[in-house]
Amino acid sequence: MKEKPDVLQGTLALMVLKTLDVLGPQHGYGIARRIEQISGDVLAVNQGTLYPLLLKLEHEGSISSEWGASENNRRARFYRLTTTGRKQLREETHDWEQTAAIIARFFEVKAEDLS
Amino acid sequence: MRFLRRFLARLKNFAIGRQDDQRLREEMAEHLAQQTAENLRAGMTPAEARRQAVLKFGAVQAVRENFHAEQALPFMENLLQDTRYSLRMLARSPGFAAAAILTMALGIGATTAIFSVVDATLLHPLSYPKPDQLVRIEDDLPGAGARDVGMSVPELKDLQRSGIFRYVSGDWSTSGNLTGSSQPLRIALKMVAPNYFALLGVDPQLGRTFDPHDETPGFTLEVVISDGLWKRGFGGDPHILGKSLRLDNDEYHVIGVLPPGFRDEGRTTEERNSDMWAAAGFAAIPFPPPVRNLRFTPGAIARIAPGLTMADAQSRLDVLVASLQKQYPADYPIQSAWRVRLVPLKESVVGNVRQSLLLLLGAVGLVLLIGYGNVANLLLARASARGREIAVRQALGAARSRLVRQLLTESLLLSLLGGLAGIAILFATRGPLLRMVPESLPRFNDISISWSVLLFALFLSGFAGILFGLAPALQASRLNLTDKLKAEGRGTTGSGEQARARRVLVVTEFALSLVLMVAAGLLLRSFWDVFTVGLGFNPQNVMAVRTRLPVPNDPKTDIYGTAAQEAVLLREMLRRGRMLPGVEEAAVGSIESVPLSHSRNLNQVILEGRDFRGSDPPLVEASTVSPGYFHLLGIPLIHGRIFTDQDNENAPEVAIVNEAFARTWWPNDNPVGKRVKISGLNTATSWTTVVGVIADARTESLEDAHVPQVYSCLLQQTHDELALFLRGRLEPARIPDEARVAVQSINPDLPVFGAMTLPGVVSGSLSQRRFSMEMVLIFALTALMLAAIGIYGTISYLVNERSHEIGIRLALGATRGTILQMILRQGLELAIAGAALGLVGALIVSHLMTGLLYGVSPTDPLTFIGVTLVLTAAALTASYIPAMRAMRVDPLVALRYE
Repeated sequence: MKEKPDVLQGTLALMVLKTLDVLGPQHGYGIARRIEQISGDVLAVNQGTLYPLLLKLEHEGSISSEWGASENNRRARFYRLTTTGRKQLREETHDWEQTAAIIARFFEVKAEDLS
Repeated sequence: MRFLRRFLARLKNFAIGRQDDQRLREEMAEHLAQQTAENLRAGMTPAEARRQAVLKFGAVQAVRENFHAEQALPFMENLLQDTRYSLRMLARSPGFAAAAILTMALGIGATTAIFSVVDATLLHPLSYPKPDQLVRIEDDLPGAGARDVGMSVPELKDLQRSGIFRYVSGDWSTSGNLTGSSQPLRIALKMVAPNYFALLGVDPQLGRTFDPHDETPGFTLEVVISDGLWKRGFGGDPHILGKSLRLDNDEYHVIGVLPPGFRDEGRTTEERNSDMWAAAGFAAIPFPPPVRNLRFTPGAIARIAPGLTMADAQSRLDVLVASLQKQYPADYPIQSAWRVRLVPLKESVVGNVRQSLLLLLGAVGLVLLIGYGNVANLLLARASARGREIAVRQALGAARSRLVRQLLTESLLLSLLGGLAGIAILFATRGPLLRMVPESLPRFNDISISWSVLLFALFLSGFAGILFGLAPALQASRLNLTDKLKAEGRGTTGSGEQARARRVLVVTEFALSLVLMVAAGLLLRSFWDVFTVGLGFNPQNVMAVRTRLPVPNDPKTDIYGTAAQEAVLLREMLRRGRMLPGVEEAAVGSIESVPLSHSRNLNQVILEGRDFRGSDPPLVEASTVSPGYFHLLGIPLIHGRIFTDQDNENAPEVAIVNEAFARTWWPNDNPVGKRVKISGLNTATSWTTVVGVIADARTESLEDAHVPQVYSCLLQQTHDELALFLRGRLEPARIPDEARVAVQSINPDLPVFGAMTLPGVVSGSLSQRRFSMEMVLIFALTALMLAAIGIYGTISYLVNERSHEIGIRLALGATRGTILQMILRQGLELAIAGAALGLVGALIVSHLMTGLLYGVSPTDPLTFIGVTLVLTAAALTASYIPAMRAMRVDPLVALRYE
C-alpha cells in the first residue's frame, strides 16, 4: 500500500489558517480532519507537527485558543483566527499564488517560446 | 515582528519554567476520542476503532517532545543542563580545573592588561569629536634634507583661505611665568589661533573660549586655563572669569576654564600637560613681521573641511603648493623641493609608541596561545580518560552534536571562569602594574579597565574556549564505539590521532616560545647596548635645576632683553650656585643643552663661503651654554678652545661645534676660524666665529652618537628657558630648595622648578625601551615555562601509555640507559621540530621589529643560537623527569596487568 504523503513543510501553517478562516473556530482534531478531507484524503496530517505548529501560531499571535465544548460535549481546545492571522493569511495567500503562477509558467514553457 | 513575539512568548515560558503538559494531554485525549468515534461510525468494532485511532495518531512521546520544544527554548534548556553537568564534572576533578583555570586566568589577565594600554593609546588617541578630521600640518624641505621645519604666517593664511580646511591654527608650545601668588609658577603655555578650541571641538566648563573670528594680529590678552591650573593655582575660584593675571608681567584676562578631562594634543608629555592657552594672530608685536620664508611657528594643526578625506585634502594641498611655488619663486627655491604634508593628529600623538605596543600585544598574545595549548593538552588527556563515559553515553543514544555541545560547554565554562579570574587578578594588581608603565606614554592617565576592555576579555575567553575546546570535543565524539568499549579492562590508550594532536600542540607551543625568546633576547641585547653605550659625557654627580626669565610682549619692558642685561643675572646665578653646599662646579645653559632633554632646537646655519642659493641652508641642533658647561659635563675639547669669561657681550661672537658638525661641513679643513651665521639668535645677521671643536657626545639621543651640533656662548645671547647645572657631592633632596633660594635672592619673580639628576635623566630616557624589554622578557620566560610544562605533560603521558611496552623491552634485556635515551629522544624530537618551525617565525618577527633594535642585527646569530640552546635544554630537562620514571618501570608490575 502506498503511504499517504505528509503535508509539505511550510504549507501546513497556510492550510491551518485557511481552514480556520473558512470554517471558523475549530479544535485540533477538526482542523486535521478538514485538511485531510479537503485534500480528498490524499494528505495525512502528522499530529507530531500539528500541535507544535498550533502552539507556534499562537505564540506568533496569528491564532488564539480557549477551552470549549466539542460536538460530543467534551472539553476541547478551540482555535480561532485573530486579526493578525487574517492579515498573515492574506499575505501568504498572495505569495503562494505568485509562486504557483511562476511555477505554472515554467511548466508551460516550450523550447520554441524561448528562441 | 512575528518572530519576536514568538520568541518572547517562549522566553516567558522558559523563564517561569512552564510545563503545560496538561493542556496537550487533554487535547490529545480529545483527538483520540474524536478519531475513535469516527472509526466507530465507519463500522469498526470498539477495540479496532481505538487501535486504528492510536495508530493514526502516531508516537505520543514525539508529539509531546515537539510540543515542548515549541513551548520553550530547547537551546537554553540544554545549555543550562550542560552547564550544571560541566560544573559537576569540574568539581569532581579540582586539580585539573584549578590548573586549567589558573593558566587561562594568567593568559587572559596579562593580555587584557596590555590591551587596556593599547585601548587607551592606540585605539583612543584623541578625545575630541570627529578625531579623523584632525591633522597636523608639516612643512618639509626634502631638498635641504629637512623635515617639519615649521610654518610662516603667510603660509598659514593661505591654508586657512584654501577651503581645504575648516580651521587652521598655529600650534606653538611655550611657557610663561605666572606671578602674583606666593611662588612664581612656570606655566606650560600654548600660543594658538583664536579658532583653536573651535577646531578641536571643545567647550569650556566655565566661561567661554576664544572667538574663532577674532582678527587681532598680536595677542588677544585673553587666556583659557586648564581645570588643573584652576584648582591648583586659583583654588577652584568660582569667580575666576574676568580676573586678571600676570604672565611675564603682561596682564591677561581669564575667559574660560576647560573641563577636567581635557588634555592638549601636543607631541611631548610637557605639551600635553599645557595649563594655559593664549590666542594670537602671530602677525604683530611680539611676533616678527609676517614674511613668507620666515617659518617661525613650529607647526600647525587643522580640521579638514567636512566631506573631504585625508587623501582628498592632501592632493588639493599639493596643487596649492605647486601654484604657490610658481607665485613666489624667490621664497620657494626649486632645489629645496618645499612640500606640505598632512599627518593624522593621532599619528603624531602615538606614532612612536605604536610599534612597541603592538610588539607587546603580539608577545602577550603568543603567551596566551601557548597557555591555551597547555589547556587544550589537558582537555585532550581528559577526553581520552573519559573515553568510556562518552562511549557509553553515545551507546545510550546521545546524538553526536549533543556530545560535542556538552564538551564545548565544558571548555567554554573553563575559559570563562579563567577569564573572570583573570579580570579579578587584574583588578587586584592594577596599581603595581600601572607603576611599571612609563609615564611618558601618551594618554598614560587614561589607561583604565573600561567596558571595552572588559568586553575584550570576555570575547577572548569565549573565543579561546571554543577554539581549544572544539578539537578535543570533535575527537572525543568521533571515537569508535565498539573498540572503545572492548578496550575496557585493559589500560585504555589514546588513539593515534590523539597522540598526534598532542604532539602538534607541543611543537607549536615550543615554536611560539622560541619566537618570543628571540624577540626578548634581541630587545635585551639592544637595551644592554644602549645602557652601556659610551655616553661621551659624564652624568655622575650632576644635577640640573630649571628657571625661566619672563618675556613680556613689549620688548621695551623686558629687563633681560639684551645679552648684557641677562649676563648680569647669569654671573650672579653661577656665583651663588657655586656657593651651595657640596657644589664644585656650576654652569648655565639653554634648555636644549640639558642632555637627552628631547627639546629640539633646529636652527638654520649658514656657512661662510658656501653657496646656499637655490636651496635652504642646513638645520642644526643649536644650544647656548656658559663657559663652564663642557668641563662640567666632561666633554673633551678636540681643537681650538672652549668659551671663556672673556667671550662676553662686548667681545665678537663665538661658537663651538662638535666633531659630527665639523666632519659633515668641513671634512677637509680646520673648522677653527671658520665663520657661520646661526638663525634664531638675536645677532643672526652677523658672522660668528668657530673657536673650538668638541668631541661627539650622546646628548641628543642615546641611540645616535653623531648628531651635528653647534653651541653659542650664553654670555653673548639671550635665552629665557635656562638650566643651572651643578656638579659635586650633592644632596638631591635639598638642592631644589637651596637652588630656589639662591635664584630668587637675585630676582624673587623667577620660578625655579624641574630639578633633576642627570643619571635619572639618562635612565628615564631608557624607560620606554626598558618597559618593552622587561615585559617581553617576562612574557618569554612565562612562555618557556608553559612550553616546558607542555613537553613534560606529553612525555609523561607517552611514558604512561608505553609502560607496558617498556616492561617488555626491559624483560627482553634492554638496559635502563637505552630506555632513558629512547624517552629523551622523543622529547628532543619534539624540541627540534619546534625549534625549526620557531626559527622561521623568529626570523619574520625579528625583521618586523627592526625599528626597535639598537646595535644588534635582526638575525643576530648569538641570540638565535643561544635561545635555541636554552629551549632545547629546557625540553630535555622537562623530558628527563618522566624518562627517569620510565627507567624505573618494574617489568614484573608492568606485565602483570596483561
